[in-house]
Amino acid sequence: MAASSQQNTGGARPAPVLVLAGGLSHERDVSLRSGRRVAEAMRGAGLEVVERDADTALLALLREERPSCVVPMLHGETGEDGAIREVLELFDVPYVGARPAACRVAFDKPVAKTVATRAGLLTPESVCLPAQTFRELGASEVMAALVARLGLPLMVKPTQSGSALGAAVVRTAEELPAAMVGAFAYGDVALIEQFVVGREVAVPVIDDGSGPRALPAVLISPDGGVYDYTARYTAGATEFTVPAPLSPELTEEVARVALTAHTALGLRDVSRSDLIIDGDGRVWFLEVNSAPGFTETSTVPLAISAAGLDLGKVCASLVQAALARPTSPEAAPGPVAG
Amino acid sequence: MESTPASESSPRGSTRLDSYVDRYAARTAGMTASEIRALFSVASRPEVVSLAGGMPNISGLPLDVVGGAIGELVAEHGAVAMQYGSGQGVPRLREQICEVMRLEGIDAHPDDVVVTVGSQQAVDLVTRIFCDPGDVVICEAPSYVGALGVFKAYQCDVVHAEMDADGLRPDALEQAIRAVKASGRRIKFLYTIPNYHNPAGISLSAERRPEILRVCREHDILVLEDNPYGLLGFDREPHRALRADEAEGVIYLGSFSKTFAPGFRVGWALAPHAVREKLVLAQESATLCPPQFSQMAVSAYLDNHDWQGQIKQFREMYRERRDAMVESLRDLMPAACRWNVPDGGFYVWLTLPPGIDAKAMLPRAVTARVAYVPGTAFFADGFGSGSMRLSYCYPTPERIREGVRRLAGVLEDELELRETFGAVPPTPHLPSSSPRSGYDGPASDLT
Repeated sequence: MAASSQQNTGGARPAPVLVLAGGLSHERDVSLRSGRRVAEAMRGAGLEVVERDADTALLALLREERPSCVVPMLHGETGEDGAIREVLELFDVPYVGARPAACRVAFDKPVAKTVATRAGLLTPESVCLPAQTFRELGASEVMAALVARLGLPLMVKPTQSGSALGAAVVRTAEELPAAMVGAFAYGDVALIEQFVVGREVAVPVIDDGSGPRALPAVLISPDGGVYDYTARYTAGATEFTVPAPLSPELTEEVARVALTAHTALGLRDVSRSDLIIDGDGRVWFLEVNSAPGFTETSTVPLAISAAGLDLGKVCASLVQAALARPTSPEAAPGPVAG
Repeated sequence: MESTPASESSPRGSTRLDSYVDRYAARTAGMTASEIRALFSVASRPEVVSLAGGMPNISGLPLDVVGGAIGELVAEHGAVAMQYGSGQGVPRLREQICEVMRLEGIDAHPDDVVVTVGSQQAVDLVTRIFCDPGDVVICEAPSYVGALGVFKAYQCDVVHAEMDADGLRPDALEQAIRAVKASGRRIKFLYTIPNYHNPAGISLSAERRPEILRVCREHDILVLEDNPYGLLGFDREPHRALRADEAEGVIYLGSFSKTFAPGFRVGWALAPHAVREKLVLAQESATLCPPQFSQMAVSAYLDNHDWQGQIKQFREMYRERRDAMVESLRDLMPAACRWNVPDGGFYVWLTLPPGIDAKAMLPRAVTARVAYVPGTAFFADGFGSGSMRLSYCYPTPERIREGVRRLAGVLEDELELRETFGAVPPTPHLPSSSPRSGYDGPASDLT
């Protein structure tokens, strides 16, 4: 029998919602901020919420205290590569967000781009290479081939990372080696992608059980021109326009692209697609996040607010949706503490 | 979907998520999110061996004795201890501070001591009363990240002067002074850490001390002598303070953070009379008074406990940790690495093989569960990428050995990568072109 139904019977006080934040990824600090904000918002919506790190105490917590539902606010590896969700499924604990297999696909940028392309989306031409290839074949030759094939400028980033960590824009061939070294500091495989000049928009998708829907697109205009870590997490360093000032056709198109990515990748509950609109009005899919940020400077809360929704209530509705589906074939949903 | 429209007004149109973005003082430039600083967040997890932070290891303190003294303080003097106090500090504590400084050859009067919220606040107050925007402060290369943060906040220009194994080089100091004067700028003081330097781990030799004072005297340069580690030498009596031989031209800063406990936040400045008067006024405008309770607790500790015996215990503990780090470095580091062997304090300064950028390598180190502070944090001018500060003060010797083992593996991987891609300029995604001195170090509560 599912523990989630065991704990909530007999008139006992329902178990709280567990927000998982922190972890050991490079994005720990961002995760802690996201977790705090989501936890506070859900408390404001009347839920009982506890916040915990994903550490060695987690399994005992899942086994003994049995949270009604887990909201994983873990960014980067473990959080977005599906690992923590596999564990939650092992313990039959309901959780908000995509299932492990979908996370694995979405977290790997080249794989996600392949899926998006097959779904008919436009994505910049790219090459994905491990550091070992440069060592074995000679970095100069490989880099020359990359520039010859993809042209300049380029975007270089680790295949599995977020918050623009290890990402760099390469405008000349001489900048490429440093960008490769920077990307490989965060992982063993890098994505080298054509840099599309245009307007950067983020489009969240939420689904509380009634079907996925796109929230208003957020136009991102960083002061320095590059939406890097500093621009993302320094309040005031980036101008966000939401809803993005787009034509009705483009508004519809960015929503369609985000929904297509969300669906094609098998994501669930919430996602955020990062897109570029080029000078010709074409919408390019860059990547999708299965555990997007909810910090004070993140785009998803901005879009939620612009849609006229309350962050806490949206999160609570996602929790309800998670509780309404079985965690495993024999599991049954339970109520959420409030 | 059960969500309903938010009761608060929804943002429409453009926002910067900071209503005050156009109102901040110019001195806040650089107070931005930093991916390097964010990486230190991971260092707080127990899986990570942090050789980054400089937290004193106070596990050896007799907490029962301290607790008893504090209980007695509340019971017998609570009405005074929990009241406002003098802006200059508790008189009895200032007397005791003079006794502490006597160990380093300083003959001072309690009237010339100003108690501060750690010596960090003393750096702030001195900079506040001396420096206008654009004034120059000369610092060693490298220098303490916390002081660089203060100088940046007051919009000072920092000019570094080179050190070698004997500490600050008098010729480099003189050269820096002449260059600044030739550029028409005003030098307000030399900021120096003569003993067991943070981050360089070296001490100014006895022969050089009068030379540094001579150069400063000749050029009429005030010396700000910051000495938090002076009593933590492993194999010798305390160095003689610069202030011991120059009363008028030196402001001396001390602290109980490393010799007792940092949580009390009690430090001090010893200054010439006229300067002291201004420091007291500055202190009153900043905090009204340093925390009375902390001062009286420290005073009770000094009165009732063998504090010098306790410092001896600290020294032995830090010596054991220093040995563990230095032996591990000798055993495990690639041949091209260089480091000093400190004879006191908390830090080893490690210079990496040519072409290795410690700042760019930090994510790889965090992945390998080891942390350090890249050398760039200790320079105001973007230098230091080829070095790192390793702290041995907090982890156990076993953890230090494990941390160095992990670091050696990270370095091997980085060397291989650099060999693959050749010498590369600083990575374009990192803010190396805009030095962030004072903001790229770990937070004070991170080990």
